[in-house]
Amino acid sequence: MQIELFKISKRPRTYIAFAAITAIAFIFQFAFKADGQSYMDLVLQSVKDSFELEKAKAINGYFMCYIILNTLLIQVPILVALIAADSISGEANMGTLRLLISKPISRTQLILVKFAAATIFTILLLLWMAITALVISLLIFGADDMLIFRVKGEDSQILQITKDDILWRYFAAFGYATVALTVIAALSLFLSIFAENSIGPIIATVCIVIVCTIISNINVPIIDKNVKPFLFTSYLVGWKGFFYIGTNGEGVPIKGSLENWPSIRNSLLILILHIAVIVTASVLVFRKKDILS
Amino acid sequence: MKKLFLILLCFSIKPVSAQDAEALVKKVKEKIDLVNNYEADGIMKTNVTFLKVPEAQVKIYFKKPNLLKIKNEKGISFVPKGAVSINLNNIIGGDQYSIIDAGYEKTGTVKTRVVKLLPKDDNADVVLSTLYIDETNLVIIKAKTTTRENGSYQLDMTFGKYTAYCLPDKIVFTFNIKDYKLPKGVTFDFDDGTNADKPAEKNKTGKAEISFNSYTINKGVSDSFFK
Repeated sequence: MQIELFKISKRPRTYIAFAAITAIAFIFQFAFKADGQSYMDLVLQSVKDSFELEKAKAINGYFMCYIILNTLLIQVPILVALIAADSISGEANMGTLRLLISKPISRTQLILVKFAAATIFTILLLLWMAITALVISLLIFGADDMLIFRVKGEDSQILQITKDDILWRYFAAFGYATVALTVIAALSLFLSIFAENSIGPIIATVCIVIVCTIISNINVPIIDKNVKPFLFTSYLVGWKGFFYIGTNGEGVPIKGSLENWPSIRNSLLILILHIAVIVTASVLVFRKKDILS
Repeated sequence: MKKLFLILLCFSIKPVSAQDAEALVKKVKEKIDLVNNYEADGIMKTNVTFLKVPEAQVKIYFKKPNLLKIKNEKGISFVPKGAVSINLNNIIGGDQYSIIDAGYEKTGTVKTRVVKLLPKDDNADVVLSTLYIDETNLVIIKAKTTTRENGSYQLDMTFGKYTAYCLPDKIVFTFNIKDYKLPKGVTFDFDDGTNADKPAEKNKTGKAEISFNSYTINKGVSDSFFK
């Protein structure tokens, strides 16, 4: 395991992911510091005649982190694929795979260690995201109540979460995101078994994620019913469920509550099932594979 | 002869009644004028279909003639723009309106005098204000205002400790709202399977309820609060 982590840390592409996250977070923070009111004006355009809101207070560290995560968690699967898709194919490309399997460890152990290393990389990436998107944003913008702008069915909604009820939601959301991105890591690892260089599995992973994401976002009833439930991309944004606060009959948010915990739990279980199936398939395929390089 | 007498009687009653209404409004106005400024603590509850916001502890600052600010010092609040009308000076301040007596009506358990105010200025935003005045305590219990640009709104007030100053313990402000629509492409939402509110539950009015805990009256309020 240590060797695998050492290998990952020695690859320059590892740091591309961290640099990309830093750059995106910084650009958002700079843009919102300079002119965040324009964004607020955009999302509140249909109610600006009816309500007054202290927009400067609304653009705070918690809100910024949500905005950054909204954008980043769509691109981060690509960054995860950059590393995880190199796991086996990278060894094959360098001609070290045969040498590696001649060591006194089983092929199953080798795949599991590779998967564990990719998972640790994913966790580190998310930790870095938490530092740049949440901690730095809180330092720059301060803490206050958080507004969530959301489309629910045909309606748009604004949810407000008080500042003392937010942090645990971020911990939970980052935990969920770890599981979601681990599916991508597992998929990349699986595809890397079939390739002799890492470009193929990286591109294949990215293509699968893009195609499935597009299908997940098409609002066609027949696809909604028969296809979406089976696509892992339908559950990637499930972390947002932790910010959909439950409300009482009068529409007043209930502190510490979630609107639909069973749905989040089921999404989480489906993602874990994906991981289990893909990793098992990786082990089975790799055990039977002829290693020629 | 009898008919002529009745017609003359009708014409003679109306001016007397209007005069009474004018005197009543004047008395209420004098009472409201006792307050030059105040600072109040209260709890604001907003009931709007698309807004899921918690109860807010707010501070309300008022300064004559028409400066009013509602601030949530512990968080964020959506304050209805028409809420400035909780300052009754905005409704009965000045004398640029005609007063019409509309008789009596029961508002809750209180018998109230209904008075309509018609602005003299044809271009004024307010088209009509209807006041329901408790003649015993000289306070406005309900006020309905119809505007040219901003729809209609209604104030329902409950009085208690501060009746002497015409300051309510509780105000329910009902106002017209437009549908809230997020611009497309702003969010990538998680479909958690919960259904949106049924159209039948939707209404085009919103409510903001402020329960006042305490007032500090005529002790001075800095202009900085209204910026």
